[in-house]
Amino acid sequence: MKSSTMNVPTYQSNEKMIAQKRRDFIATLIKYSFLSIMAFIIIIPFYWMLNVSLQSSEEVLNSLNVSFFPRVFSPQNYVNTFFYSSAAQGNIDFPRYLLNTVIVAFFTTIGGTIFSIFVAFSLARLNFKGRDLIFTILLATMMIPGEMLVISNFVTVSRFGWVNAPNEGSYLAVIIPFLVSIFHIYLLRQTFKQIPNELYYAAKVDGCTDFNYLWKVMVPMAKSSIVTIIILRVLGTWNAYIWQDLVANERFKMITTWLRSSFVDLQATGSGRVLINYQMAATVIVTVPLLTLFFMFRKYIMRGVSRSGIKG
Amino acid sequence: MLDHKRDLKAWFYLAIPLVLLSIFTFYPLIKTFLISFFSEYNSLTDDFGRYFDLYAYQTIFNDRFFIQSLSNTMVLVFISVPLSTILALFIAVSLNSIKVLQKFFQTIFFLPYVTNALAIGMVFNVMFSHPLIPGIAAEGLVNTLFQTSIDWVGPTATYENWMMVVLTYAIWNGLDFKILVFIGGLQSISKQYYDAAKVDGTSNNRIFSHITVPLLSPIISYILITSFIGAFKAYESVLAVVGTVGRNLDRNRWTAVAYVYDKIGLAGTDLNDISYYSRGAAAAVTLFGIIMVFTFINLYISKKTVHY
Repeated sequence: MKSSTMNVPTYQSNEKMIAQKRRDFIATLIKYSFLSIMAFIIIIPFYWMLNVSLQSSEEVLNSLNVSFFPRVFSPQNYVNTFFYSSAAQGNIDFPRYLLNTVIVAFFTTIGGTIFSIFVAFSLARLNFKGRDLIFTILLATMMIPGEMLVISNFVTVSRFGWVNAPNEGSYLAVIIPFLVSIFHIYLLRQTFKQIPNELYYAAKVDGCTDFNYLWKVMVPMAKSSIVTIIILRVLGTWNAYIWQDLVANERFKMITTWLRSSFVDLQATGSGRVLINYQMAATVIVTVPLLTLFFMFRKYIMRGVSRSGIKG
Repeated sequence: MLDHKRDLKAWFYLAIPLVLLSIFTFYPLIKTFLISFFSEYNSLTDDFGRYFDLYAYQTIFNDRFFIQSLSNTMVLVFISVPLSTILALFIAVSLNSIKVLQKFFQTIFFLPYVTNALAIGMVFNVMFSHPLIPGIAAEGLVNTLFQTSIDWVGPTATYENWMMVVLTYAIWNGLDFKILVFIGGLQSISKQYYDAAKVDGTSNNRIFSHITVPLLSPIISYILITSFIGAFKAYESVLAVVGTVGRNLDRNRWTAVAYVYDKIGLAGTDLNDISYYSRGAAAAVTLFGIIMVFTFINLYISKKTVHY
């Protein structure tokens, strides 16, 4: 008797179910509309930078209102921006800025990663006097904002003769002060700690040296953390602005400086008005490699981000 | 003997990194504190001067532009962080509850992260642009869309206007990371809570406020702490949106960090014989102090309210 009332829905419960279904449908509709609106807002700046970067100089300079789509499609802007140089910027163009950035990225990434591996290895695996003390000091300094250090570092670096040096000293001023990252050491140490001790003892019995154990066992096992660190380094160097702009000589500055420089109308039709289409082409040129990297290494980047809380 | 050998081996790995850290992290940390107290510090000769006092601090707190920069920073911190956290929470909860197109939306919401903060800041500047003399250049997206002619980010923009744009950008830019972390947190909440609530016929709002938010509270607290710290250090975003060329930023639009960087370029002393460099150091120490106090308050509150 009881089961029959459960199985055969009465008219009332049917109505209830329909109401429930309708509520669910409306909730889903609201969710999708909300997400679509937010996604649209996120996309607007990306669209806008493409749109303006493809408009002609004539259009951005001489029209009253900007148009939502390029009236004269001008991909030539990218070529002009790529080779744009002016006396104000020491007559150097994008390829040179790119070269500087690549050189700095190469050395900070290689050096920084190797040092992180070394320190993390000795903190995670080796036993020696003062290990815990060093680790505690490192943890405490991780919270210090970089701005506290910049003031003194600027004096240190300029006393080394690297500030505004017209030679490779400029690279040193940009690379050396931030070569060792405590956060990366911490991240790697946590990964190394998870590798079981038994492996180490087994390797020792087989006569493996510490150094070989590190390179042949630990590094391959911590591969994904190391890739994450490398990507964070590359992203960080690509986006680095203030420090390198502050210390490097004109000829040794990086792409962000180029991005912040002004692209003016050299045709001398007016009073050297700013060409925002070139400026936007520059932002596209800087952004595209980042997006490419993102789609290639999405897994690693997202992992690194959720652990770090640090932006680029 | 064996111990000694082990120690040596460890130092072989540690030596260079520790030397670098000592020169560029530990030493400058102490030195910045000292510079802020030696008000005659000379940055060119690295000479600390005779006086150990608080004049640098007194000077910055009488400096209109420092007070303004602190106030700008505070507005940025206390408006953009709560708003973007709430928005990110809603987005993450909605994203987590849908199936179709979930990956697609997730990728879009993460896009701002892998861009250059300066680059997109400059795009915001262009979207809100306004020619000072009509006809010299086109109006930007916003003015065109709303048929207005308002200076949002230019030299004649009012405080409310430029701050509004900076806040919009800060919120836009802050969503990516928060959504990612929230989604990670939401996925680790056991489904049985939601099943139990469903059996009891709990409404969606009640599920959100009585299950999702309490179980997510450790993550919310983590997000708040890291975002507050990040917002206190804001500089590049403001520079990109309302600055002009290079590192030029109107003094009234400085953030605390902008104030510090401005002083790095200035050698020598002001009219009262207070070194600019000491003022910069004092400002950095003050900011550091504020961040510390604030982080501890945050940790204290989350200890009392966070549900583990």
